[in-house]
Amino acid sequence: MTWDWNYTGEILPDLLDGLRVTVLATVLGYLIALVLGLVWTLLRRTPSRAVNQAVRWVVEFIRSTPLLVQLFFIFYVLPSWGLTLGALTAGVIGLGLHYSTYTCEVYRAGIADVPRGQWEACVALNLPRRRAWQDVILPQAVRRVVPSLGNYLIAMFKDSPLLLAISVSELLGAAYRAGAETLRYLEPITVVGVLFVIVSVLSSIVVRRLERRYATY
Amino acid sequence: MSDVLDAYPQLLRGTWTTVQLTVYGAALALVPALVFGLAGTSRHTAVRALNRVYVEFFRGTATLVLMYWLFYALPLVGFRFTPVAAAVLSLGLNVGAYGAEVVRGAVNAVPRAQYEAAVALNFTPWQRMLRVTLPQAVALMLPPFGNLLIELMKGTALVSLITIGDLTFNAQRIRAATGETAATFLVILVVYFAIAQMLQLAVRYAERRVDRMLGRRPDRRAAAAASGAGAVKA
Amino acid sequence: MPPIDPPVDPPVDPPADPPADLAPSASVPEESPEGRRLPAPGPARPADGAPGIRFEKVVKRFGRNVVLRELDFTVAPGERVTLIGPSGSGKTTILRLLMTLERVDGGVIWVGDRPLSHMPRGGRLVPAGERHLHEMRKQIGMVFQQFNLFPNMNVLRNLTEAPVRVLGLSRDEAVERARRLLDMVGLADKIDAHPSQLSGGQQQRVAIARALAMEPKVLLLDEVTSALDPELVVGVQDLLRDIARDSDLTMLCVTHEMNFARDISDRVLMFDRGRIVEEGPPERIFEAPAEQRTRDFLHAVLAS
Repeated sequence: MTWDWNYTGEILPDLLDGLRVTVLATVLGYLIALVLGLVWTLLRRTPSRAVNQAVRWVVEFIRSTPLLVQLFFIFYVLPSWGLTLGALTAGVIGLGLHYSTYTCEVYRAGIADVPRGQWEACVALNLPRRRAWQDVILPQAVRRVVPSLGNYLIAMFKDSPLLLAISVSELLGAAYRAGAETLRYLEPITVVGVLFVIVSVLSSIVVRRLERRYATY
Repeated sequence: MSDVLDAYPQLLRGTWTTVQLTVYGAALALVPALVFGLAGTSRHTAVRALNRVYVEFFRGTATLVLMYWLFYALPLVGFRFTPVAAAVLSLGLNVGAYGAEVVRGAVNAVPRAQYEAAVALNFTPWQRMLRVTLPQAVALMLPPFGNLLIELMKGTALVSLITIGDLTFNAQRIRAATGETAATFLVILVVYFAIAQMLQLAVRYAERRVDRMLGRRPDRRAAAAASGAGAVKA
Repeated sequence: MPPIDPPVDPPVDPPADPPADLAPSASVPEESPEGRRLPAPGPARPADGAPGIRFEKVVKRFGRNVVLRELDFTVAPGERVTLIGPSGSGKTTILRLLMTLERVDGGVIWVGDRPLSHMPRGGRLVPAGERHLHEMRKQIGMVFQQFNLFPNMNVLRNLTEAPVRVLGLSRDEAVERARRLLDMVGLADKIDAHPSQLSGGQQQRVAIARALAMEPKVLLLDEVTSALDPELVVGVQDLLRDIARDSDLTMLCVTHEMNFARDISDRVLMFDRGRIVEEGPPERIFEAPAEQRTRDFLHAVLAS
């Protein structure tokens, strides 16, 4: 069997449709991850020990179990509890929820990495707590956080093919269906692989730029 | 719920497959991680380029796409893999790319002064790496390796999509047989969580042993530097 | 990078006359018109004794920063030389070049009758390969400012690892040697300790023992007391005084401790910006420096 360029051209529109879904799912999921991660981080900073520990274990649980099973859970179980979600919606929520446990860790580390001396300087200058956060701690934490967040965006993009398991017609799913029709899997899946490598490598170059920009004070 | 638990032989078989795949995948990943990671610390540009090509390519590849490619596409040009081989290969090569970054970061994080002391004692280049640099780098590798191991374990759930009877695959069958969707998935989530916790314990134990060997408490900052170089999925 | 391998004649194996040029007072050999000649090598050292050292128009750059510019100087076999001068004047670079931690950008360094930075090949000197460096490093030991003990080994293994792996000593011989040296540095009871359990002064004494365990002929001391708390400096200095007294090692020492320099050295070289400003016996340099820059430097150091 040799590579068939005509066939490749025929399936390309389907694949590009799939790519659109993949990008959409990644972007929406990422927004959820950014916000939800912040919620976890703030909850972990509440004075209540019970809330603190509960959140810690929930985050730990989500982070150390497979995204695929979580997707199944959201897609198949929630409807039986009266919450029916479309496949794409379930996928976006799954991606966002799973990766919020990573962004949460990034935020936490970003804040923890601001040297203690910075806090002490704020106290010495008698800055109100709010000011200290707003003007001193957060601006420094953000610099540390941006590159890692970028890396998780790439990681999430690469995990988006899992959505095919809950019948979202994203890129890999589109390729698989195209292949299944003709029993020629070589072209569609190879094209998908190449697309993934290109997008990931290009975006990791962007992230490394960010890293260099933000690493220098 | 009890229907699901009655299917425990199936759950156990699935768990065992998941554990096996994790072990095989980790063993396979260790090879490219060490080979290409050390290549990344070479003085020679060409050797370092090898590291970049491997790392960029396999880090850029989505594991599931690679798995599908090995399983569905390659047989059409004459390379036939068993499902398990395709699964282990794609998991191992993918995690190996992250591992290579960890190894490179850790070796580079060993202070240059240690290398210089080894030169001053006239160790050969090979001895410098084996006796001085690597033993110290291992301490920096372990925490990020632990994270990668758990990522790998989670990744094994993907094999259910190419018909391997792992925990997730068996859960689908139990679900179909009993109709207990929520209970089935809850049970296997708990099993995955338990496996992850045990892996974490094992890695912590290894970390403590290495720290004792180095006669120090874990050096948080150096460890963070190394894990930053190859952070999980980063 | 300038060419480092000028054509050389006569060929590599020159006669074995004792050359005058390794004597401390000797001047740099003349350049022949065709290029640099291999100097006459020979037993510039007594049998089994320490070798002399000669820098011949040595250039070292870091990027655009020229650290050593065509530096010439010699150290006689068994001589103790202290290098002083402001930081950035190239003193430490000289030790690092001798330890092969840096490569020369021009000129040749000779240890005994053999080139250190280069090796003869086909009648020419070419930059040394790893095997040649390995051969040459056998004669040289170094003690670092930051001790650089191996944290993955206890004290005993720090002392035995290289003798066993590099010199091929048996385990028992190496342990025996380590015990003797630890005894000498006064740390026999720390043989099983881990480096992190030792004070800075103790670590440095172990590092000195580790260097001596390789039985070098040349010992390089790079600001060995600079990283120590003041109360620990004396112990290390006393140890080095004893070693200087009881051995026939060729020693090169970079230090800011002028009293120590006076005690152990036969000759002091004052460096500034990669050149030797002034040299002479310690009494003269410290009591009657001829150069203004030396006076300024000593004034600044002694004032602190």
